[in-house]
Amino acid sequence: MTSVAEPRASSEASVARRERVRLLLRSPSFLVGAGVILFWVLCAILGDRITPFDPRFDQTEDLSAPPSWEHFFGTDRLGRDVFSRVLAGSRDILLIAPAAALLATIFGTALGLITGYLRGIADDTISRLIDAVLAIPLIFFALTVVAALGSRSTYSVALVIALAFSPIIARTVRAAVLGEAQLDYVEAARLRGERASYVMFSEVLPNVMPPILVEATIRLGYAIFAVATLTFIGFGLQPPSPDWAVQITDNYPYLAEEWWTVLFPALAIASLVVAVNLVSDSVQEVLER
Amino acid sequence: MARYVAKRLGLALITLVLLSVIVFAAAQLLPGDLGRSVLGREVSDEAVAEYNREHGLDRPIVVQYLDWASGAVRGDLGNSLVPPEEPVWIVLRPALVNSLKLALYAFVLVVPFGILGGVIAGLNAGRLGDRAITIFGLPLAVIPDFITGLVLILVFAIWLGWLPVTAQWDEGAGPLTQVKYLTLPALALAIVLFGYIARITRAGVIEALDADYTRTAYLKGLPEGTVIRRHVLRNALLPTIAVIATQVGYLLGGLLAIELMFNYRGIGLTVIEAATLKDYNMLAAGVLVIGFAYVLVTLVADILFALLNPRIRYEAIE
Repeated sequence: MTSVAEPRASSEASVARRERVRLLLRSPSFLVGAGVILFWVLCAILGDRITPFDPRFDQTEDLSAPPSWEHFFGTDRLGRDVFSRVLAGSRDILLIAPAAALLATIFGTALGLITGYLRGIADDTISRLIDAVLAIPLIFFALTVVAALGSRSTYSVALVIALAFSPIIARTVRAAVLGEAQLDYVEAARLRGERASYVMFSEVLPNVMPPILVEATIRLGYAIFAVATLTFIGFGLQPPSPDWAVQITDNYPYLAEEWWTVLFPALAIASLVVAVNLVSDSVQEVLER
Repeated sequence: MARYVAKRLGLALITLVLLSVIVFAAAQLLPGDLGRSVLGREVSDEAVAEYNREHGLDRPIVVQYLDWASGAVRGDLGNSLVPPEEPVWIVLRPALVNSLKLALYAFVLVVPFGILGGVIAGLNAGRLGDRAITIFGLPLAVIPDFITGLVLILVFAIWLGWLPVTAQWDEGAGPLTQVKYLTLPALALAIVLFGYIARITRAGVIEALDADYTRTAYLKGLPEGTVIRRHVLRNALLPTIAVIATQVGYLLGGLLAIELMFNYRGIGLTVIEAATLKDYNMLAAGVLVIGFAYVLVTLVADILFALLNPRIRYEAIE
């Protein structure tokens, strides 16, 4: 009997999944967002191979030239082609932000499962700590930790942002787990004598995946926001990375004379953040209907 | 009600204590050897040990924390680590006043417009006005504030020349001049919240429009204006106000990039400079002050909300 029942259950799940994918593909905001993200991912992968000039070193004769047919976005004061730098500038942020969001989701989910399922003193202690961390605005927290660590490597920036995000995710997961822990299947597992870790990760976790997924996509948008802001105030990515926020920081003092060296990278960041949010909004809509 | 307030106060106190532990751990312990970190790699071990002894850094960690925290309670946040090592409060107090000015101005700018936008969108849900506000609201809410600030500076300060590029006014400038200098940074700081507030308000209005009491009000023949004013808006705005208060954190977080961008002497700029100079005492004090402000604002908002909301008022009495 079980051999018949099992495939049917899994095919029902896959029908539901296919239905969700179909709904996503019909949503215009998802398509626009995904298209823009795909464009920047391609730029990040292809990098120097598609840029018309070398984004890092090419010293042309035209220093600080305004946009023209030869240099669509002009050149900066070292003669580097801004258009090439904007195309190449997506790489670092597209590595760090997803890494930070993923790590934060893993930490936060573990914390949320523990606090929501075990309750009691562990919950009280961790929840109070989470409240306290959340009282410090995220960028202030990240800045303090990065400055204290004294290292501004790509890894430490990703790790610090993951650390700063995990309390928020933990709170969302905790709320979902609280609702789930009341249900019969959890009680049944408990009565069977399963270990708490088994019930948490094998029984409860699969059932709270939708809010975790939504939270992860929302965090990705905020991670880009946070990395860019941290870089702008000098505690994120560092030159010679052609990262967009690094370009903005470098050229900001000359904004009045050479606006093109600042405006185009700024628009690139804006396009990526908006695209990620369009995607996370549509994912949220589809998963929560 | 008194019990609710007492409970809320107790929680806020616990949060503050934990906050101070976290800030101390991050800014005083994480750097490892503080003396080495401040003096640099070239200085001899003896000099580092001497520095640590002078600044009480060779004492046990718990003693250091208690000393620091009890000082903070008395309003003494220690001295700067950077010569001339003056008390951090001398620098922080005027910075705090400046940041409060900016944040308050931003709040005053965005709250009425956000609510107005949300009400218009909610009352016209699905129609053109709603679409326009929703479509423009999303990018405004998610684009980092320093990007918005850049575009604002470029357009209104550099190209049109209507407003100043920095927020540094001359000594002794009157309030009106200060408002003029603060308009661009306040706008940059506030725009992130516009979309958010509008979205929450819109949801509240749509929910209230759909409620039974609204239908009853229409059915008993009240004119539309009265229904919207007395039934829809009153019920829709309460949750909005509570949510807005939780967004103060975003506003405070935005101070870092915006104050740097406009070269404005507030807490944000002070904290960035402290982090750059490895002045960990100043850094810890600045972050602690910001966290304290956040806890205080959410506490006041929670209590106000409870006073206004009969449901919580009741629950608290039971």
